[in-house]
Amino acid sequence: MMSPLATLLARGKKAARHAPWPRVAVDADAWTDAAGLLGRGECALLGLWGDGASVHMALLDEAANAVGVLTLACPDGGFPSVGAQHAPAIRLERTIRDLWGLTPRGAPDDRPWLDHGKWDGGAVIPYAFLPVEGEGLHEIAVGPVHAGIIEPGHFRFTVNGETVVRLEQRLGYVHKGVERLMVGKTLDEAAIVAGRLSGDSTVAWQIAFARSAEAALGVEVPGRAHFLRALMAEIERLANHFGDIGAVCNDATYPLLLAECGMLRERTLRAADAAFGHRLMRDRVIPGGVAGDLAPDGGDAIRSLVTFVRERFPRIVEIYDGAASLQDRTVTTGIVRPDLVRRFAAGGHVGRASGRAFDARKAFAFPPYDIVDFDTPLFGEGDVNARLWVRIREVEQSLALVSQILGRLPGGPFFVDLPRKRSGVEGMALVESFRGDCLAWLRIGADGRIERCHLRDPSWFQWPLLEAAIEGDIVADFPLCNKSFNCSYSGHDL
Amino acid sequence: MRSVFLRNLLGGPATEAAPAADDAAMAEVADAMKRSARAALGRSLAIREVDAGSCNGCELEIHALNNPFYDVERFGLKFTASPRHADVLLVTGPVTKNMAEALRRTFDATPDPKWVVALGDCGRDGGCFAGSPAIVGGVGDVIPVDLVVPGCPPRPIDILKGLIALMDGAARA
Repeated sequence: MMSPLATLLARGKKAARHAPWPRVAVDADAWTDAAGLLGRGECALLGLWGDGASVHMALLDEAANAVGVLTLACPDGGFPSVGAQHAPAIRLERTIRDLWGLTPRGAPDDRPWLDHGKWDGGAVIPYAFLPVEGEGLHEIAVGPVHAGIIEPGHFRFTVNGETVVRLEQRLGYVHKGVERLMVGKTLDEAAIVAGRLSGDSTVAWQIAFARSAEAALGVEVPGRAHFLRALMAEIERLANHFGDIGAVCNDATYPLLLAECGMLRERTLRAADAAFGHRLMRDRVIPGGVAGDLAPDGGDAIRSLVTFVRERFPRIVEIYDGAASLQDRTVTTGIVRPDLVRRFAAGGHVGRASGRAFDARKAFAFPPYDIVDFDTPLFGEGDVNARLWVRIREVEQSLALVSQILGRLPGGPFFVDLPRKRSGVEGMALVESFRGDCLAWLRIGADGRIERCHLRDPSWFQWPLLEAAIEGDIVADFPLCNKSFNCSYSGHDL
Repeated sequence: MRSVFLRNLLGGPATEAAPAADDAAMAEVADAMKRSARAALGRSLAIREVDAGSCNGCELEIHALNNPFYDVERFGLKFTASPRHADVLLVTGPVTKNMAEALRRTFDATPDPKWVVALGDCGRDGGCFAGSPAIVGGVGDVIPVDLVVPGCPPRPIDILKGLIALMDGAARA
């Protein structure tokens, strides 16, 4: 029997040059049926984006790790709302309307999202926050400029006493017009922009972008390039997890662990600098491979980092696990229910703390993840503590991965020239960042330049869950919850 | 926990206060900071960081300034939670159209005398986002800038050096 996704894909006309997964043009009925499939949980939504006068929807059949893209032409400027049947699509549809002017018909929320009314200099329409009514309620408005050294966004809390009744987010403040900016750029130029979608995931995003371009062009990069990319990606994961573990503990008034984790993070960035010539390893991954080889003493720098972390990190975990005052803040705080995580197809530590194991490195096993040994840690409690434990276990896995990758690093070239002449080809990639799965999709047009590129950050499906996580908790626990998610503003705002 | 405290107490500081010969830049920074910051502002300088549209890369390196290796508070540099307590606005990002007003308001809320540092290539002139219809431009296109620290992102040591340069300039003014 065909899977629901395969049945759906068979109803449309297949695009000739879309790789590695199929893309089919469908009619409005099939589109609406796809939304129903999502609403019933028979498929997961990977992305939903505009493309001129069309919309694309990327679907994942989790049981089979099968991916497909549906395309609906919108000659009359609209398309049947997916959000009407599947809530995770709502913000994506609002964005499509803001950026492409296509209307989701029957959408449950017709407010703008990234468009704050400031792009064309016209009159700004006040944003209508959702009404909350009840006795003894008041509102706390936070942002866009926050008290810490963090990205801007607005949080509107409705509280009763100390208890949060509702959190409503308003994002879009750091919208930089990334996708519009990429149009007409060469692959190398566009890769630079992709690496600045979300600064903490610069390696993961440049891998995602490069893989989508390579898929479109039908190019396989050399083995050494695959290994060096994965090495950088795991180092990036380590650096981010150290930063976040320390920050969560600091928000629970445990600065000792912030200092300890801060040292681990700094050592990690210095090792990255020694090995690849940049602390965040920015612009080291390029379409066709990597920009430069591992520095001659880079392997030693990374190996001594691993030794240092293996000595220090277990003590940090021991302190965290043994401190009642810390556990009091993190255990049972900010719970995300497993069914919500499944419905939103939330990846990374948000998904894995609530029982969703999806990991693009496992699901699609692109090299070198097809030959190295690692586990995807999984917890079920869904609280701040579980999200921390996912990170702790991922640190251990990434340390093992880094050692394996270094030990099995193949020789040979680390770059392959790309064919420059092919146009009208489309490619797609799903790559695992420390935060979750990054989706990159692109079409290469005339003279090898970008005709359309879409980048969907994992934060899109995590931000809404933060609203759910804080409900019923106290305001003072919000920083803990927020840090345990660490969603990207920039990645989301595009 | 006791073992970590003991190690930190007995093992000497991680802070690179007495830099090794190959780390002369850090010593230079420590010295210069003492001289210039005191001349201009006494013993401390309060910094309010504003992300006006960055990718978050610059923020990561600003955070690093607070780790035990750099420990900027020993120089009297302190990050504040409010612009009303700040001497310096440290602004990152190409300024997006959606953040321009918030940046202007933050500037207005900062008491005089005040300085503005535009951090990173994007803060300088929009960086790789220059030309996007969704951004205004660099920080200087929205509020007056006293100093630019380029880089993508600038290294923590470069941010420190930039703040020193600002202090030197302020001391001479």
